Amino acid sequence: MNDDLRAAVAAGALGSEESYRELLQSVVEVARAIFGARASSVFLFDEASDELVFEAVAGEGAEELIGRRFPSSTGIAGWVLVTRQPLVVEELADDPRFAREAAESTGFVPKGLMAVPLLHEDRTLGVLEVLDRPQKAAFTLAEMELLGLFANEAAIALDLLQRAREARSVLETEGGESEAVARFVELLADAEPERREAALQLLGAVEKLLRER
Amino acid sequence: MRDGRRTISRMSQQEPDPEPAEILPAWSLAAGAGEQISIGDEWPERVTRDWAWGGSTGKGVSVCILDSGVEADHPLVGHVERAVAFKRGEDEEIELEDDPEGDLCGHGTACAGIVRSLAPECTLVSARVLGAGFKGSGPILLGGLRWAVEQGFDVVNMSLSTTKRQFAGLLHELADTAYFRRTVLVASAHNMPVESYPWRFSSVISVGSHEEPEPDTFFYNPAPPVEFFARGVGVEIAWLGGGKILSTGNSFATPHMSGICALILAKHPELTPFQLKNVLYLTANNVGRGR
Repeated sequence: MNDDLRAAVAAGALGSEESYRELLQSVVEVARAIFGARASSVFLFDEASDELVFEAVAGEGAEELIGRRFPSSTGIAGWVLVTRQPLVVEELADDPRFAREAAESTGFVPKGLMAVPLLHEDRTLGVLEVLDRPQKAAFTLAEMELLGLFANEAAIALDLLQRAREARSVLETEGGESEAVARFVELLADAEPERREAALQLLGAVEKLLRER
Repeated sequence: MRDGRRTISRMSQQEPDPEPAEILPAWSLAAGAGEQISIGDEWPERVTRDWAWGGSTGKGVSVCILDSGVEADHPLVGHVERAVAFKRGEDEEIELEDDPEGDLCGHGTACAGIVRSLAPECTLVSARVLGAGFKGSGPILLGGLRWAVEQGFDVVNMSLSTTKRQFAGLLHELADTAYFRRTVLVASAHNMPVESYPWRFSSVISVGSHEEPEPDTFFYNPAPPVEFFARGVGVEIAWLGGGKILSTGNSFATPHMSGICALILAKHPELTPFQLKNVLYLTANNVGRGR
């Protein structure tokens, strides 16, 4: 419990789930802009259900896709997740079966897409996709490397988001006590210096009281 | 399985076994036995591409595609000799079953098609370790690789990797076992700054991508851990439903090297993985001006 409480309090003090969602959203917005693409999305791998979930979307289909789920090893995002290998596929629209599946899952049929696994330490957290970058003469490995840089950023954001959610879930399951402590830490972080000093002195007194037998 | 494997054990005997049942390691070399393991004098002075694989079709060489399955009778793949799938049983043991489902996502079919395009007469075997979800895919991958090594396939194509450190030790052991049993593991490298396996092990042939259009162009990398770069950009790959599509990724550079390995081993079945790597080095486009 102590470790969980520490993680929960730390997450409460350092930031919130909302900030990490914004960070993730910013990653897909920038990825879309840099590649001049029609859309970009991040899928979170949900270990409990073994599914991929749309976590952030920029561009076409943005609003309605968030939260949509599909089995973890299906589709091109699924290939990338299970092989941990980045992949670029072009001329997709020529395949009627893919077109139907894509239209169902993304709201439109991309001509091509780039997908890269989101790896953080030894964990596979999800997949970043960039759909329909403008058709150039040929795809280059430099673009793949650029995509890898975005993937690294998205993986860190996704890792933070997951930690924040785990921390919140610890707070929720533990009930009032931990939540009260987390709330206290948040208030402390936001307080004026003088008030913080006073609060810390009070806290020191409380700690002394609790340690006495 | 290709012929030409021979035992080099018991070096002090006058005659080697005429038909060795298995390859036994030699732990030492008796006096005067050096001749028994002498290597042909065409090696290494005349290692050219023509010597290495000129006229070869890959016939007699078995290539196992450790992936998501292979679509049966895809025009770019042709005949698949055997297809098996691995799954986790009720007691968490990894179980093997015949695989009538083909390819669940298309990745394995794409890899098989590339190997076939280079080595048209090689024997293709599909071992499905992907596609049944992400959870538990590590033990299934290990189980599939163990089976492939036990079967003694000449080449195992692994356009995949794992980042799980808990599997690194076992994977490393399997990679070394394969290396000593003359099964060549060809594995996709990561072009991202992550620790992943098995491509980082020196007993496998690790492959990254180059941008050249020729399927038999490959480069030796003097700055490992990635050992070779093969064609991986704008590759026409087999796509589910008998189709094809353009794709880019190390996943598709890897089967190019597997195909070239199959060609070389068909012509020179006696080569160990160590020697095969040497042949690849000596015939790389950036070594000796690609002899």
